[in-house]
Amino acid sequence: MHQVRLQIKGSDVARYSYSIHMQISAVLQSWSKPKNYPLFIRSVPIQNELKFHYTVHTSLDVVEEKISAVGKAMADQRELYLGLLYPTEDYKVYGYVTNSKVKFVIVVDSSNTSLRDNEIRSMFRKLHNSFTDVMCNPFYNPGDTIQSKAFDSIVSAMMVQAS
Amino acid sequence: MADEALFQFLHNEVIQYIYKSSEHGEMENGRCITKLENMGFRVGQGLIERFTKDTARFKDELDVMKFICKDFWTCVFKKQIDNLRTNHQGIYVLQDNKFRLLTQLSAGKQYLEHAPKVRKHNGGKLTCQALFIPGQLSPHEWFSLPLSLQYLAFTCGLVRGGLSNLGVKSIVTAEVSVMPACKFQVMIQKM
Repeated sequence: MHQVRLQIKGSDVARYSYSIHMQISAVLQSWSKPKNYPLFIRSVPIQNELKFHYTVHTSLDVVEEKISAVGKAMADQRELYLGLLYPTEDYKVYGYVTNSKVKFVIVVDSSNTSLRDNEIRSMFRKLHNSFTDVMCNPFYNPGDTIQSKAFDSIVSAMMVQAS
Repeated sequence: MADEALFQFLHNEVIQYIYKSSEHGEMENGRCITKLENMGFRVGQGLIERFTKDTARFKDELDVMKFICKDFWTCVFKKQIDNLRTNHQGIYVLQDNKFRLLTQLSAGKQYLEHAPKVRKHNGGKLTCQALFIPGQLSPHEWFSLPLSLQYLAFTCGLVRGGLSNLGVKSIVTAEVSVMPACKFQVMIQKM
């Protein structure tokens, strides 16, 4: 957690505490390898990373539930963006599934209320676009962990922007 | 359109290259066809990722096949599949009456005259189904296969790769009856 002290003219001292807990991960449902293993995980800050891994893993169940519900629901459920999966006490988890069964999960700190739905949607779109670029790279084998620098830099830029 | 010609030339050269660089022993096993099919597979995976970026989620298998027949075929070959048939039990037949990659090949009988030698496969129809099972074809049969089947291997892989990325495991084979019409048979594998 970063703490910034701001001295305002007068006697008031305002203290802002600013936490940038956020994690982005891409999870692939693959047919040859074990299902739902992660292709890419990045979080800021790095402590408590294990807690994020756990949150992402449990949220996969909710994602599966939502996908399988599509069959029964009508056209408005056919969007790729899944929205807020479920709010835990500290974090908000958002999900997005592509047509090729790759799941993106973003975990954001609840105290960071400045991120609106539209911004999350645009983050997912950017992730999807750069994942498509990774997929089209002939040197990338589908199912490997993502090691592309371009993908990395897009994710880092998003984390910085969101904080 | 200039960009169509580019891909056709490249495709022809790839086939020539694979056959020239293979040894005599390899040709008997159908490895060349497998190589072409695997190339198509990887390309299909990438293409599908790009084409389905903005489409809605697919409802079921039939939806996926319709997407392949319409949007996917249009993006790659600038036309749609002319006929889709299914037995609703996992077998789909995609018929293209004027397959782009075959239009430049001669429609004459010279490439089909060896058909009687492969007649025992499937009662007179030329299929490359046996090629995906290594060792099933004897050298005699291999050399009597028409050249047109080599030109379909890449596209079979393309379809298989696209389907695999959409979560559908399948085997895709191709059949030529009258040039330049061809049929692709997709057999869905249940997991």
